Amino acid sequence: MPNWIRRNLVVLAGLLTLVYLTLPNVVVLVFSFNRPDGRFNYTWRRFSADAWKDPCGVPDLCGALALSLQLAAWATLGATVLGTMIAFALVRYRFRARGAVNALIFLPMSMPEVVMAASLLTLFLNMGAELGFWTVLIAHVMFCLSFVVVAVKARVTAMDPRLEEAARDLYAGPVQTFLRVTLPIAAPGIAAGALLAFALSFDDFVITNFNAGSAVTFPMFVWGSAQRGTPVQINVVGTAMFAVAVLAVVAGQLLTARRKRAEEHH
Amino acid sequence: MTTATDTPPRAGAAAPAVRRRSARRRLVPYWLLLPGVLWLLVFFALPMVYQASTSVQTGSLEEGFRVTWHFPTYWEALRDYHPQFAKTLLYAGTATLLCLLLGYPLAYLIAFRAGRWRHVLLVLVIAPFFTSFLIRTLAWKTILADGGAVVGALDALHVLDVTGRLGWTEGDRVLATPLAVICGLTYNFLPFMILPLYTSLERIDGRLHEAARDLYASPAATFRKVTLPLSMPGVVSGTLLTFIPASGDYVNAELLGSTDTKMIGNVIQGQFLRVLDYPTAAALSFLLMAVVLVTVTVYIRRAGTEDLV
Repeated sequence: MPNWIRRNLVVLAGLLTLVYLTLPNVVVLVFSFNRPDGRFNYTWRRFSADAWKDPCGVPDLCGALALSLQLAAWATLGATVLGTMIAFALVRYRFRARGAVNALIFLPMSMPEVVMAASLLTLFLNMGAELGFWTVLIAHVMFCLSFVVVAVKARVTAMDPRLEEAARDLYAGPVQTFLRVTLPIAAPGIAAGALLAFALSFDDFVITNFNAGSAVTFPMFVWGSAQRGTPVQINVVGTAMFAVAVLAVVAGQLLTARRKRAEEHH
Repeated sequence: MTTATDTPPRAGAAAPAVRRRSARRRLVPYWLLLPGVLWLLVFFALPMVYQASTSVQTGSLEEGFRVTWHFPTYWEALRDYHPQFAKTLLYAGTATLLCLLLGYPLAYLIAFRAGRWRHVLLVLVIAPFFTSFLIRTLAWKTILADGGAVVGALDALHVLDVTGRLGWTEGDRVLATPLAVICGLTYNFLPFMILPLYTSLERIDGRLHEAARDLYASPAATFRKVTLPLSMPGVVSGTLLTFIPASGDYVNAELLGSTDTKMIGNVIQGQFLRVLDYPTAAALSFLLMAVVLVTVTVYIRRAGTEDLV
C-alpha cells in the first residue's frame, strides 16, 4: 500500500461512510425528476419536471402533508412547554423522587418504539377511545417530551446562576428576572428541543401507525404508497423538505456567526 | 404546610411571611413537574400496565377479552415466533456492528482530521434526517435493484459469494434478502452511532496523542492504547442507541425484505393491526421489551460504564 493511502485510510473510510449516508438523498432528488412507466418510481425512465409543477396532483398527498404539519406544530408546542417545565424543575430545585422522575424521562427514549406504540394502543382500546387526530397528538407529545427535557436541561445546567443573582440584586422581581434573564439564556436550548420535537413528530411512523385509526399522516401515506404505487410527488415533497431544512440550518449558522461578530465589535 | 401560628415569636415579625414564601417555593418544583410527569405516567407508564393485563387475557374480538391470568400465551408466543426473535437479534446485532465499523472512521475523521470542514461534515451526517425516513428507505429499493450498479459491483467483488454462503443473499439478488434488511437498518440508525462517537472523540485532549507519539507509539498503538479506550463511552451509548431502535424496527424488514425476513416488530404489528389477536401481540411486545432490557443490561455490565444510564 502506498504511504499516502495508509496515512489517509481513515479519511477514505470516513468519506465512504458519508457516501453511504447521503446516497439515498441523492436518489430521492434525482427520482423526483423521473417519469416512471408503471405505478412504482423505482426505475429510471426519462427526465420530467411534471411532478414538481403539480406536487398536489396525487389524491390525498397534500391532505396528509397538512395533517402531519398540524400534528407536528401542536405536538411541538405541548412537548416544549411540558418538557421545559420539567427541565427547570430538575436543574433548579431539589425535591423528592428525583430518581424516579429521571427514570420516567429516560425510559421512553430507551424503549423500542413498537413497544410504546402497542402499549398505548392497548390503553386506548381499553378506554374505548376513538383513534384519530387526538390519540396521535397525545402519543407524539409523550415521546417528544423526553427529548425536549434533555435538550433544555443541557442548556440550563450550563447557565451561570450568578446572572440571575445579579438581576435580583438590581431589584428585578422574580417574574422580571425570569423573562429578561433566564428565558433569553435558555432560549437556544428550548429552540433546539422544539426543533427536535417537530422533526420527530413530523417523521414518526410506528407510533402513529398504531394509534391513528383512519387518519393518514404523510409518513403513513408513504407507507401505503409502497404497497399501492409510489407517486413521483413523494420524492418532490421529500426533496423540498430537505431543501427547506438545509436552508434553515445555513441561515441559522449565518445568523449566529453575524451576531457573534457584532458582539465582538461591541 | 406549616402555618404562621406555630413560629416562635422571637423570630420577628418578618418570619411568618418568609416562612410562607419558602413553603410556596418548596412546592414550585412539584408544580413544574406535575403536567409533564402526569402526561408520561398516564400515556407511557399506565399503557405498560394495560399491556401487561392484555397479555394475560383470553377471549375473542366478538365476545370481548377478559383477564384470566392465562400465562401460557407467553409460552405459545415464544414457541410460534422464536425464529423471528432470533432473526431480530441477528439483524439488529449485525446492523449495530456494521454501524460501529462504518461510523467510527467518519466520527474520527470529523473529530480529528476535518479542520474547517468539521461543521459541514456534521451537517451532512444530520442532513438525511430532513427527508422522511420512509422515503429514504424506499430509495434503497432503487439502489439495490436487481441488475443495478451496486449489485453488479458487489458481485464483481465476490461479496455476494460470501453473503450467499451465510444465507444472507440468494444468487445475484440483494433486494428481498436479509442483506437488504441489514443494509437498511444500518443506514437508518448510523447517525445515532456517529453522533455519540463524535462527542466522545472530540473531548479527547489532542496533547494525549502528541504524548503517545513522543513516547514512540506507532499510530496503531496510539489508537489502541489511547483513542479507543477514551472513546468507549461513545461506543457504548452509540451501540445502545442503534441496537434498541433497530430491534423494534419493522419498516426495513417490510420494505426491503421478504416474508422470510420478518422481524419481531413485523409480527407485533401484524397481530395488533391485522390479526387483532391482542393477547399474543401484547405478550410479544413484552417479550421484546424483556429481551432488549436483558441484552442492554448485560452489555452495560460487561462494558463497565454503568454511570451511563
